[in-house]
Amino acid sequence: MTTQELDQMVAAQVKELAEHRLEEMVREQVKAALEAEGRKATRPKRVAIVASKGTLDTAYPPLILATTAAALDMEVGVFFTFFGLHILKKKALDHLKFVPVANPAMPMPMPNLLGALPGMTGLATLMMKQTIKHKHIASIPELMEIAQESGVKLWPCQMTMDMMDIKPADLIDGLEAPVGAATFLEFASHADITLYV
Amino acid sequence: MAIEYTIDQRLDCQGLNCPLPVIKTKKAIERMAIGQVLEMVSTDPGSKPDMAAWAKSTGHELLDVKEGPGVFTFYIRKAK
Repeated sequence: MTTQELDQMVAAQVKELAEHRLEEMVREQVKAALEAEGRKATRPKRVAIVASKGTLDTAYPPLILATTAAALDMEVGVFFTFFGLHILKKKALDHLKFVPVANPAMPMPMPNLLGALPGMTGLATLMMKQTIKHKHIASIPELMEIAQESGVKLWPCQMTMDMMDIKPADLIDGLEAPVGAATFLEFASHADITLYV
Repeated sequence: MAIEYTIDQRLDCQGLNCPLPVIKTKKAIERMAIGQVLEMVSTDPGSKPDMAAWAKSTGHELLDVKEGPGVFTFYIRKAK
């Protein structure tokens, strides 16, 4: 056998081996991708929501979306952080305020200076609560109750509790244990929908 | 048009706003047996697209929607 023939033979064998290995690798990748898709198809859709604000109007979107997602058979978790934690306070849940200052979308437009007058937040809150009642819109405590009944995970932010000196006893019952950003992010990393309010 | 299915359960959501009709429907369906039919009546115009989306997401069967003046009647068969 000449050197040239030997070279050709080796090259052919290497080519065959490489092709075989490539085929194997593609097969493994496709199998893994199909399995991942299968897992995705069988598990419920997941929604991860951050509630970061503590006024009456800003408490609605996270709670409406969370309760509705649960009704749509989705798995839901809400992380209450910074002023969002206010919503979970026993003393605040039914007493959230609607602040008219810096809100150009007020139903009755008013200058910021007027909105900043003493008593205006109370008045605007009262008016909004009357509208909510009159139009048969669920109240915040009602939505919270529905969220708990339907298995929505409600996480208080541990760091906010420390920062604002909020004790577990200050919060409503039926919550998850307080957690940090990592717990929420781990949950959200497997979410199909992630929202920040 | 005659209704060709028997109604097993009725739910009145008239006057209620989003998201209550959807949430109450989900609760009512949970208490029913597979194959049973729920009739839900609502006045919220948003419930028309929302009930279709709810059925699509949960897999329950939206058999029919009847529209009257300001009133929507939904017929849902529990599928699972």
